[in-house]
Amino acid sequence: MLTDALIITRREIRDSLRDWRILAPIVILTLIFPWIMNLSTRVAINFVEEYNATIIPLRLVPFALMIVGFFPISFSLIIALETFVGEKERNSLEPLLDTPISDEALYFGKLLAAMLPPLFASYLGVLTYLLGLYLSIQYTPEWIVLFQIVAMTTMEALVMVSGAVVVSSHTTSVRAANLLASFIIIPMAFLLQGESVLLFWGQYDVMWYILAALFVADVLLIRTGVRTFNREEILAREIDTLNLGSMARAFRRFFVGAHFSPARIYRDDVPRLLRENRLALAVTLLVVGGGVALGWLMALRYPLPAGAFGPLRVDADVFKSPLTPGYDFLPSIGTLPIFFNNIRALALAALLGLFSFGSLALLLLLIPMGIVGFFAGEMGPLGSDPLTFLAAFILPHGLFELPAAIIATAFALRLGASIIAPPPGVTAGENLLRALADLAKMFLFVVLPLLLLAAWVEANVTPQIVIWFYGR
Amino acid sequence: MPALIETLGLTKQFDTLTAVDHLTLTVVEGEILALLGPNGAGKTTTVRMLSSILKPTAGSARVAGYDVVRDARAVRHIVGHLTEFPGLYLRMRPLDYLDFFGELQGMARADRRARAQELLQHFDLWDARARRLGEYSKGMRQKMALIRAMLHNPRILFLDEPTSAMDPHSAKQVRDAIASLRGSGRTIVLCTHNLYEAEALADHIAVIRRGKLIALGTPAQLKCDLLGLPLWQVRLARPLDQPWPSLNGALQVQSFDDLTLRYHTRAPETANPLLLRRLQEIGAAVLELHEMPRSLEEVYLKLVL
Repeated sequence: MLTDALIITRREIRDSLRDWRILAPIVILTLIFPWIMNLSTRVAINFVEEYNATIIPLRLVPFALMIVGFFPISFSLIIALETFVGEKERNSLEPLLDTPISDEALYFGKLLAAMLPPLFASYLGVLTYLLGLYLSIQYTPEWIVLFQIVAMTTMEALVMVSGAVVVSSHTTSVRAANLLASFIIIPMAFLLQGESVLLFWGQYDVMWYILAALFVADVLLIRTGVRTFNREEILAREIDTLNLGSMARAFRRFFVGAHFSPARIYRDDVPRLLRENRLALAVTLLVVGGGVALGWLMALRYPLPAGAFGPLRVDADVFKSPLTPGYDFLPSIGTLPIFFNNIRALALAALLGLFSFGSLALLLLLIPMGIVGFFAGEMGPLGSDPLTFLAAFILPHGLFELPAAIIATAFALRLGASIIAPPPGVTAGENLLRALADLAKMFLFVVLPLLLLAAWVEANVTPQIVIWFYGR
Repeated sequence: MPALIETLGLTKQFDTLTAVDHLTLTVVEGEILALLGPNGAGKTTTVRMLSSILKPTAGSARVAGYDVVRDARAVRHIVGHLTEFPGLYLRMRPLDYLDFFGELQGMARADRRARAQELLQHFDLWDARARRLGEYSKGMRQKMALIRAMLHNPRILFLDEPTSAMDPHSAKQVRDAIASLRGSGRTIVLCTHNLYEAEALADHIAVIRRGKLIALGTPAQLKCDLLGLPLWQVRLARPLDQPWPSLNGALQVQSFDDLTLRYHTRAPETANPLLLRRLQEIGAAVLELHEMPRSLEEVYLKLVL
């Protein structure tokens, strides 16, 4: 398989290098951009050192390294779209499909061809940048950080190329593929922002987790690519016009079924959907437990100083609206504000989950759970019982809100994952619509009633219980 | 002659569309079969299944004894496929292009070079070998695609519209090449809209409509089945001074005048010599006797409309 794949790779790389529209930006980003970045870095370092801000240069260089490495690999997305869907559009793919080469060899050959030139340019750019820094200010990077950035760049290139294949498999024109590429660009933009924060913050340990997450994303995307990039799928897809009418009909079919009946939904659909999505539910439950445990561990690692605060006591006024100025990002304590706030959070999770294979939906649940765990963990040093804290502050409305959040997140996870591996005979679009219909059904008939009940309890019952336990 | 291509109930379904519907046919070794049918009839899908690049939804097909699903790789080795569109890499030069496809077919480097040169010379492209394929005319590109399909010397060739977009001279070159391939024992399936080409080249013609095989036979058989008995015409140099001979019902006269007689007959091999003898006996000056030409187009339109 490898020999055949390399025949494809060789030809495609040569073809890419014959195209000045690809070659010119790569050369500029490889040689000229690092030089400009080098100049900027030196100016910035000289400037901040005048004010003895020595930590900034230390953090600036890894950030600049990341940028220098990333820009050339952004071309891998363009090359990948060109090499996969571009070939399909120009009808030059079918002659390849007529040869004895296997689908996998063709896929990996093209994957390598789209990745190698930008990646080589990226490494060269990083080298040029570091060489410039060494010659001008004798700077040498920490090898671990350099390794992390180079590995991250490689993984990111692989995510973009393998993501582009998935996108290409569902289109027949470069134009449509470019539009769908936002599914890759938006998560990558989020990722870069996150990496920038971490690099400036100096949290290099966290970069390992990101690398691991990127590795998992690569494996998932390659698996999906291998499944979708095959002769049958490629040739069976002749047109890809966006037919909103047919999409609406498919959604209605998945949502309503033969006829609309709320009784049937509660009696048949809800239990069936819960059963069918038990894996996503289990993963979400694990994230809830993991979030609480992680927060608790953080509290044990960073305990509040003993005696800094007395045992927890709460004034009855705390629950009166409006809240203290400065906390107006929080909903006021009332059924409807809490209800709409929770809807907004879960809807946002579903939306982000769609662009991140479900991972960001999980992250949005992990964060509040971590905070809950952290506060519970801090109760000990404050002289309060953590379990009583949880029973008073979380349990009353949590009985309804947690199941609602778990169900909504699990279905958002499935929505995001639906395009990765559609079942045999089902297109990714169909699978996505089905997942969307299932999410909508569960949201409307299960999550919303639970959230409404939880909001009422949180606004009216939880404060009473908190005052009962901790009131002064 | 052994059957080289056999399909049995071959079916391909795309969502709600049945592109090929229970197609059963046989092509023997060395034969040229023309697949005719309107656009969307299922010709290309049939060829794609027979080239092992699409899997049948139902039914089966064997090509040179290989199952098109189980032995897909072997099938792709022994068939050459000229696709509907040339689909060339326009930034490449012909020798590099053919070398790439030859390598994918597992040919040795020397063989690839020799075969590429032979075919480029045969199709008058050798002198244009230094140019990039993007600089080629439409006809040259089509010839290049045909060379790509023939490069690895396949036993079976699937040709999808081989002369489309070609000038008359190039089209004739390709038709001559196809005819010469038959002489070398190759089996060819030709998808075409060019009925003249089909009639000139094909031993058998299969007409497909909405995925179903609606007619199969030699051009002569199809004409006979669909247009009736052939029409014969006798023309004289000068008018007869007596009625046309009747031959006791051996001729079904369609029309006549002083100089011309048109008739059908079930046994032209006996009826025509007899008619000529009678005419000679009565002193008629026979100018010509011939079968009236009937085009395949009439057959085709009768089938698909």
